[in-house]
Amino acid sequence: MVDATPRADDIIPPAEVPELELYHPKSWWTTYVFSQDAKVIAIQYAGTAIAIGLVALVLSWLMRLQLGFPGTFSFITPEAYYQFVTMHGMIMVIYLLTALFLGGFGNYLIPLMVGARDMVFPYVNMLSYWVYLLAVLVLVASFFASGGPTGAGWTLYPPQAILSGTPGGQSWGIILMLVSLIIFIIGFTMGGLNYVVTVIQGRTRGMTLMRMPLTVWGIFTATVMALLAFPALFVACVMMLFDRVLGTSFFMPALVEMGQQLSYGGGSPILFQHLFWFFGHPEVYIVALPAFGIVSDLISTHARKNIFGYRMMVWAIVVIGALSFIVWAHHMYVSGMHPWFGFFFATTTLIIAIPTAIKVYNWVLTLWRGDIHLTVPMLFALAFIVTFVNGGLTGLFLGNVVVDVPLSDTMFVVAHFHMVMGVAPILVIFGAIYHWYPKMTGRMLDERMGRFHFWVTFVGAYAIFFPMHYVGLVGVPRRYPELGDSAFIPASVHDLNAFITIAALIVGFAQMVFLFNIFWSLRHGKEAGPNPWRATSLEWQTPTTPPPHGNWGDERPVVYRWAYDYSVPDAPQDFIPQNDPWPQKVPAARQA
Amino acid sequence: MSVILVLIVVVAGFSFWWLLQQRVLAKPWLEYGVHTALPETDVSHMPTAKIGLGIFLAVVASLFALFASAYFMRMEYADWQSPPLPRILWFNTVILVLASLALHFAVRAVREGRPDVARLALAAAGLASLLFLAGQLTAWRELTAGGYFLDTNPANGFFYLMTGIHGLHILGGLAALARATVRAWTEERIDERLRLGVELCATYWHFLLLVWLGVFVLLAGWAGDLVALCRQLLT
Repeated sequence: MVDATPRADDIIPPAEVPELELYHPKSWWTTYVFSQDAKVIAIQYAGTAIAIGLVALVLSWLMRLQLGFPGTFSFITPEAYYQFVTMHGMIMVIYLLTALFLGGFGNYLIPLMVGARDMVFPYVNMLSYWVYLLAVLVLVASFFASGGPTGAGWTLYPPQAILSGTPGGQSWGIILMLVSLIIFIIGFTMGGLNYVVTVIQGRTRGMTLMRMPLTVWGIFTATVMALLAFPALFVACVMMLFDRVLGTSFFMPALVEMGQQLSYGGGSPILFQHLFWFFGHPEVYIVALPAFGIVSDLISTHARKNIFGYRMMVWAIVVIGALSFIVWAHHMYVSGMHPWFGFFFATTTLIIAIPTAIKVYNWVLTLWRGDIHLTVPMLFALAFIVTFVNGGLTGLFLGNVVVDVPLSDTMFVVAHFHMVMGVAPILVIFGAIYHWYPKMTGRMLDERMGRFHFWVTFVGAYAIFFPMHYVGLVGVPRRYPELGDSAFIPASVHDLNAFITIAALIVGFAQMVFLFNIFWSLRHGKEAGPNPWRATSLEWQTPTTPPPHGNWGDERPVVYRWAYDYSVPDAPQDFIPQNDPWPQKVPAARQA
Repeated sequence: MSVILVLIVVVAGFSFWWLLQQRVLAKPWLEYGVHTALPETDVSHMPTAKIGLGIFLAVVASLFALFASAYFMRMEYADWQSPPLPRILWFNTVILVLASLALHFAVRAVREGRPDVARLALAAAGLASLLFLAGQLTAWRELTAGGYFLDTNPANGFFYLMTGIHGLHILGGLAALARATVRAWTEERIDERLRLGVELCATYWHFLLLVWLGVFVLLAGWAGDLVALCRQLLT
């Protein structure tokens, strides 16, 4: 063991940098509503994201009802179906997953895990949430505007996105969508600056970068990526807004619509696709990296073993983040490109499989001979590994140009990305909520309801998305509200569609159990105590639970070790908290 | 997309260099005890706000690099017709250089503890920036008077869009500059907060000057010639 303690008199030198001055709230409003406390902001973010996510969940039911039982529900017109598809996708990817992982977990966990009292720019952090809320409200407003929300598909490809044939294209729908995204990006940038700078500057003493829990690494890297990638979406949105409102032709080619020559001319829809996917692909990893980080911590804690290959895990996160910027055109194989470009992007896409596989192996090796506790968070973490491998394998299919071309725009693609960036990160979110809820509230979530929720969600998700691969391989296209009597579609597809719909409804209702559990356990949950999982990382070592504004009482913790000291031989317990100086005694200077 | 890729390579290179400074090769499972870690470490005594600004500027750089990428890609289509460059842009450039210079002197003044110079320099920088914005508006008016409207050609569209976004960034910076200026005029002596504020403003202005020079080169069409030249050299 390398001993890095300053030896002279065992005295830890006093901090050289003055502490962050916290804003002390004076009223109920500034304590709970316009709060600058990252933990309150985190809960605001999470609450808003989950609320709008429920809207997206209901939209997916409506879509499934139409696909499973076409023609039964007269209010689901083809136009409405397109609107449901679009809003479901956009809300889930951006307003739920991105906001919940970075705004929710980022805000709650970063300051606690690195031993900070708060984010470094608390005021900007508060502003970030309110700007995000505004973005959500603008999005919701589009449901009530004349013409309804946009039905352009979540990728919003021009020219169709702003033409009259697309729902919302020539009314308010697309305008509000673009404006909402622009506002979201501005708000996210405010928050993102906080997450990054807090990791760089806010760490407590002893907390070197390589002692940070992988959760922080995942959120940190994802935020850096998001800060660089979201401007691409911003540029695309602003230019499309100009095309739609001011009549420019950035993206719009010359068009004849209903016999009318439009005033557009010469624009390039491909340009939009490049910009969109330059954001869109990193976005996949913006959602995945925090999930990778969180799941590493869940597995290590609940298997009572140090994470296998910590350094490799960190490097893999960083390498995945960097690589994800040079793979975007694999979403555009069917848009037409020079064969060498296709070759290049297929190669980079497959190379990402290497660091990703390293992570999967390391999770499995962490479990190997571990003391596995099948708690609810652990169940979700294990389910994540399986699901992520499943989705990742179909990604290898789709990353190759020749395989992608026939499969593109079929239900196979839908199954693939739902597995890999829908179900997998959502499973981690559930696991993380079961894991950190005791810290947030001081009470455990109910175990029986949790297990019920897990099994229905896990088995149900496979019941939904496994058959969908088959449906896609048969050639059923995505985004079609009705299949009709196409000759190439066998009867089994119709049966499967009905089956998938029923499974989706059941899984959806299981989420209500989860929501009920969250509210019920606030009052009736078992008392958790400060560290119910006997975990090592700093957030479990706060003097009070739930931690108050400022987190640490009089003195910030001093970190003596990395976050994964589980089952250390000869140690008094099977875990050693990061701020425990074992095997030394607490230096005399700190006991006073 | 080459412009943004170059930027990504630069940012990634810097990040990897920074990570290597942070002992990412350490083996944390073999060590215990207190490391001197940030914020009190061996390295960065840089104020948090400066690091925050640096990262924000990387985001802004990414934004403009993406606009430039889009500009180059759109340029290759047949309908592209660059508007004539309004002559006043030369004047505006000089003004923005002056604003940047004024802030440079303001930084020197606050460091040397001369509040009177700092006040004048800050006010001059603010006025020059306002003049720059007015000049940009004049350039827009010149273009519209010549019939080069936003929607008549994508080249015009990019002109308004990029100058507009750049102007908005100056406008945002002016809010911070105004706060620093008011502080300089009301406080008797120069304190730490004022010094930091002035330094942040100066960094921001130098950066926006750099961005403006890039945008200017792009809009003037020289960048196209440069790219053509590079292509010829490569093929």
